[in-house]
Amino acid sequence: MTPPEFLAPYSTPGIYDEMFDADGSVRPEYRRFSEEFARLNRTEFDARRNDVDVAFMRQGVTFNVYGDSQGTERIFPFDLVPRIIAAKEWEHIAAGLTQRITALNLFLHDIYHEQHILKDGTIPPFYVLSGKHFRREFVNFAVPRDIYIHICGSDLIRDADGTWMVLEDNGRCPSGVSYVMENRRAMKRTFHSIFENVGVRPVEHYTQELRTMLEYIAPQGMSEPTVVLLTPGVHNSAYFEHTYLARQMGVEIVEGRDLVVRDARVFMRTTKGLKPVHVIYRRLDDDFLDPTVFRRDSVLGVPGLIHAYRAGNVSLANSIGTGIADDKVIYRFVPEMIKYYLDQDPILPNVPTYLASEEADKAYMVDNLDKLVVKAANESGGYGMLMGPMASKKEREDFRAAILADPRNYIGQPMISLSSHPTHENGKFEGRHVDLRPFILYGEKIVIVPGGLTRVALRKGSLVVNSSQGGGSKDTWVLNGNE
Amino acid sequence: MLSRVANCLYWMSRHIERAENTARLVDVNLQLLLDISNLDDSQLAAHWMPVIQSSGDEELFKTLHDRATGVSVTEFLVFQSDNPNSIFSAVGQARENARMVRDQITPELWEEINRLYLFLRSSDSRALWQRSPADFFQQVKSASLLIVGIVYATVSHNEGWHFMQLGKFIERADKITRILDVRHAIFPPRGAPTEVTQRDVLEWSAVLRSCTAWDAYKAIHGSEIQPQLVAEFLLMSEEFPRSVRFCVERFDAALRSISGVTARRFSNEAEQLSGRLLAELQFGTMGEFLDQHGLHDFLDLLQVRFNAIGVAVFDAYISQPFYSVEDEVMVQQEMQQQQ
Repeated sequence: MTPPEFLAPYSTPGIYDEMFDADGSVRPEYRRFSEEFARLNRTEFDARRNDVDVAFMRQGVTFNVYGDSQGTERIFPFDLVPRIIAAKEWEHIAAGLTQRITALNLFLHDIYHEQHILKDGTIPPFYVLSGKHFRREFVNFAVPRDIYIHICGSDLIRDADGTWMVLEDNGRCPSGVSYVMENRRAMKRTFHSIFENVGVRPVEHYTQELRTMLEYIAPQGMSEPTVVLLTPGVHNSAYFEHTYLARQMGVEIVEGRDLVVRDARVFMRTTKGLKPVHVIYRRLDDDFLDPTVFRRDSVLGVPGLIHAYRAGNVSLANSIGTGIADDKVIYRFVPEMIKYYLDQDPILPNVPTYLASEEADKAYMVDNLDKLVVKAANESGGYGMLMGPMASKKEREDFRAAILADPRNYIGQPMISLSSHPTHENGKFEGRHVDLRPFILYGEKIVIVPGGLTRVALRKGSLVVNSSQGGGSKDTWVLNGNE
Repeated sequence: MLSRVANCLYWMSRHIERAENTARLVDVNLQLLLDISNLDDSQLAAHWMPVIQSSGDEELFKTLHDRATGVSVTEFLVFQSDNPNSIFSAVGQARENARMVRDQITPELWEEINRLYLFLRSSDSRALWQRSPADFFQQVKSASLLIVGIVYATVSHNEGWHFMQLGKFIERADKITRILDVRHAIFPPRGAPTEVTQRDVLEWSAVLRSCTAWDAYKAIHGSEIQPQLVAEFLLMSEEFPRSVRFCVERFDAALRSISGVTARRFSNEAEQLSGRLLAELQFGTMGEFLDQHGLHDFLDLLQVRFNAIGVAVFDAYISQPFYSVEDEVMVQQEMQQQQ
């Protein structure tokens, strides 16, 4: 089918475009959207774009910009052209993610108990035991319902053939799900009729599923547990998301100073005295949870919380020590885990990964920095990363030195040209690189809300989609059918 | 309800009320100047200084400005971010408190507070201020009234709501006494012949209009402006929502809704202080108050008592000190990886 006039195809040699195929026709899953969208004219489109920006600012759907004493908040730029996924593609993705989270949880259980996978050498023990987020204090501790990662956000990309691959897993405090729901709300308001005619799977039940999962992991025998969301506070970049989720779930949002521990039980301080708390959805790093156990200088945590957790009187989501599973070095071994625990082949492949701790890999990495993406093992948000082909000589030299000094902390990957998607910038539509972060909940069953957060690198040619690095987002539509 | 949340709701509500009352006060005094022409520098200062004094920020004003003129005083009370009680600062603090309890308030309420905040931060607000101060103040007042309405109509009338009422009425009662105090110097002494000059009429009308009480006063007393009647109306009216007595009745009721204790007894110091004050206002007369204290001292005493009630509320329900955000807290909050 021919594309709408003001959303004309563009050429993207060597890159998979989500909407247009190689000869410029609209892909089947975008056809109905395209027909509807063609009815809009330029002026109407601009007016709607403006309405959405104003609404986001007014509602305070923003993230905090760090290092700005004015308390600047920015809206996460939102692009009105949705990313569309056909039903059959989604079934494939969902199966792959389910397989992956299952393996990751089995892996965490194993390394915090018998450590079979280390003992028989499938994963070299060094990599796990030296991991920054491996919590040896919790070896042989039984987490509620044996679930470690309850909430996971895995980042997916598509290579030049359109093959879906996993770029990384986020198993500590993945963020962004509030934008999935706010983006959807904005799209429904703005393109009400397009929406009705295309047939899109809903996402709004996420918070209900989240609450159900949190109640499921409550301490044994608790029929009506009190769930709270523990936030670092109003200065955290994701504070908007924390209030959003608490509100949608109908639970209290608390800061560390709102909680106290008495007799290994957690309470919140209310105007009517202390009230017991049973499940904590925490958006704090492990290190800060309890100053009597981890970092002593933490002013955000709750003294005694870990004691209460160990006593089985309170549950935490995610569990402590999950960060080892999203260590970028451990990521390299996820396909092995899937084979080891499930005896299956991975449905969603990894990106090939070099480990600087392996001599051969290290030699290759330092000789080919201009071809590779190098990442620090435990950073997120687009920090601690070298995009070799775009980097300056100085940056490559700095990374070479860093790799040689601390090989355990670095991995290398070939530069994958992420798929592109029509995006409105500077008055016209052009291809911009996108990824996809689905959100996976692991409770009594595994729930994946259709779609997820599509992040888009707004700068032309950029492959970095993080909001802190000039990324924006799109609504993601999973169709009821295939077109 | 979390103590911290109660604290935030209380201050959110107080700061909005504060911004509205400051807007009224400055607005009316600017208009008043239009009626009193040909003032020299010292007369101008004599007009504006009491306005500054009423906010209790005289010292701060003197460190920031050399002279009290229309420009410096309005800048100080409206936009100056170094003044924690300026309209700009008050709305900023209301919004910061609202942001901390966003999950507890309705989207309508949050959006309106946020809209007012964004308006005050925008260049539009400065432009409007330059073009027409009256229209500017109208924006602030309307936003505040809209917020009052939104709170009434969209927020559940539960404990949190009562904390908002408590904050609003304590702040309003306090502000009424301060607005009256602006003109205490021209309040006739007890027993003095009641001769009211044209200038007095203008100034006492301004006091009434600062409390949006002009029409309500006229409905009771006709158009004759008597300072004693004005003061009595703003302090003692049973029916007018911006009289001290009315406000005390409301915050006393809010306190009792929070604890569930009836009006015949008390369960904490806040209720004791508030109940006693209410009884005095209900069973005292204006004449007695003036005989005992004089207007200025009486107003002062009321402010001290409102303050004591505020402290007692904190002790009863909030109790833990909530540190102001220090750098370390902010740094750690920012450090928490949201992947």
